[in-house]
Amino acid sequence: MTGTGKPVSIALANCAKTFADGTRALEPLDLAIHAGETVVFLGPSGCGKTTTLRIIAGLEEPDAGGKVLFDGVDVTHLPIEQRNVGMVFQSYALFPNMTVAGNVGYGLRIRKVPDAQVKARVSEMLAMMQITRLADRRIDQLSGGQRQRVALARAIAVRPRALLLDEPLTALDAKLRDTLRLDIDSLLRSLGITAIYVTHDQAEAMALGDRIVVMEHGRVAQIGKPREIYQRPATRFVADFIGTMNRLTGTARDGVFRCKAGAVAWPEAPATATEILFRPEDIRVAGSGEAASLQGTVASAFFLGDRTRLFVDVGEERPLVIESTARRDFQHGEAVGLAIDPRGLLVL
Amino acid sequence: MRNELRRLIFLLLPAGIFFAGFFLLPMARLFFIGGSGKTGWAAYAAILTDSNYFNSLLSTLAVAAATTAATLIISGISGVFLQRNRFPGNGMLVAMLTFPLAFPGVVIGFMVIMLAGRQGLIGQVTQALTGEKLVFAYTLSGLFMGYVYFSIPRTILTVMAAAEKLDPKLEEAARSLGASPWRVVLDVIIPGLKPAFISAGAICFATAVGAFGTAFTLAAKINVLPMVIYTEFTLSANIAMAAALSFVLGAVTWIVLALARTAAGSSVAAAG
Repeated sequence: MTGTGKPVSIALANCAKTFADGTRALEPLDLAIHAGETVVFLGPSGCGKTTTLRIIAGLEEPDAGGKVLFDGVDVTHLPIEQRNVGMVFQSYALFPNMTVAGNVGYGLRIRKVPDAQVKARVSEMLAMMQITRLADRRIDQLSGGQRQRVALARAIAVRPRALLLDEPLTALDAKLRDTLRLDIDSLLRSLGITAIYVTHDQAEAMALGDRIVVMEHGRVAQIGKPREIYQRPATRFVADFIGTMNRLTGTARDGVFRCKAGAVAWPEAPATATEILFRPEDIRVAGSGEAASLQGTVASAFFLGDRTRLFVDVGEERPLVIESTARRDFQHGEAVGLAIDPRGLLVL
Repeated sequence: MRNELRRLIFLLLPAGIFFAGFFLLPMARLFFIGGSGKTGWAAYAAILTDSNYFNSLLSTLAVAAATTAATLIISGISGVFLQRNRFPGNGMLVAMLTFPLAFPGVVIGFMVIMLAGRQGLIGQVTQALTGEKLVFAYTLSGLFMGYVYFSIPRTILTVMAAAEKLDPKLEEAARSLGASPWRVVLDVIIPGLKPAFISAGAICFATAVGAFGTAFTLAAKINVLPMVIYTEFTLSANIAMAAALSFVLGAVTWIVLALARTAAGSSVAAAG
């Protein structure tokens, strides 16, 4: 059994955090995390995501009145060393005075597990993270990716009730980030552990989260599955923070939204709409002879191999972003007709 | 390549001259003077065979070792505390800690006498409480107290600088794995401060071995090597013996520090 104990459900009730200098890091927050679920806290720096994680971990106590429950049991005043949660940090936080194996076995030795069992569990963990050959290395002999694998193995070795990850991939370069993200994903699935993952990277959040909690200025902006958050953002902040959002300003009348560059047929258009939003994948360059609802000129075109990213000027404050898979060149200043899929339109 | 070598020699020249002029030559001369007395090279053997010399060597090393240990414990705890806790007057307190650095050994000795001497505070208090006057200023204990007093400031400052660089995430990681506060100290804080302890401890030990002013002020029953050297040199005019003792004092200190460093270094490598 490589897994952990029974996964725990976590609930926050009325958890706020005000620091000693009076800064409000977190507005009162209620949140229920199901057992075995991976929840991602996503937001820009200073949004309160790390503070929330630290409250769950037991490294911070919420302001008076706030409660943290593990499987319904109040753990608010239980210090972290008694909560049995695994933590993974952006800076790895490996013990420099111990080997890789020493780090992974540390939590077990603290629990006074017999040496033979520690050894067995450590080699099991190292094998699982594919770092068996590093067992006797010193920490300063490891690359960043290897360090984070050691940190994951160390956190999981003690069979924690929940795994808390604070920006674990942020310090790694892009390619390594992708590989390790896949590994973390399969790890969390196979362990079935309750996991909380803090990041400012929306791609990581979308890939890993069963649910995403988008945070802004110490408040929750939206909670939902990645698809819901992407397709139905609740606020302008969420719409802008996650993915790319195009906007057109104008007026709606009789199921048609009119703007500077043309008119978009949208039968459900609310009469009060003065701005519509849509994703790059819901707009395309119209083929010759096809009806185009908007006219624009190409401001810039970036050939990315599998597609071309176009920035098309339509007389708005910002050019529209369009991903074209057409096998053709786009010239700067070229006039293009655009077709919009009304199913992707949003008003916020 | 040749130019490179020439430049290297040229750049090392000032340090080389200084090292030769102020260290190698005097040490060599000291070594030969040590063997030039009436007894010849037997002066060196006398340090081990003459119980008077040998005992003073032992007590010098013992006081220095005890001073180093006590200083590291006291400064380790207070240094980490002062670095982590900001309270009103914190900066003032840290600034005041550097006071004893400026005091000559005589002043330190005077303070020890005021505290633990015949008319000292500790004597008065113990007499009032038990009827017996506790006086230890004029013994090795008094010397130990004085040395600890003036070793603490610089050690605390070194520890504070090192404590500032400790990664708080390491402690959080240890706690998340179930480590009690005491285990965190043992497994994270002490290993993290180890380099600072080694360098501060080395300076502390060497200073305590060589300090003279305090011992001279407390005088009387104290038989440490710097005092013996002084006596041999000024009173007995036994210059050869004084030189032999000086050379051995320097050499022994150097060996002890080298051993301490190697032991610490290899234990780091073994643990890592």
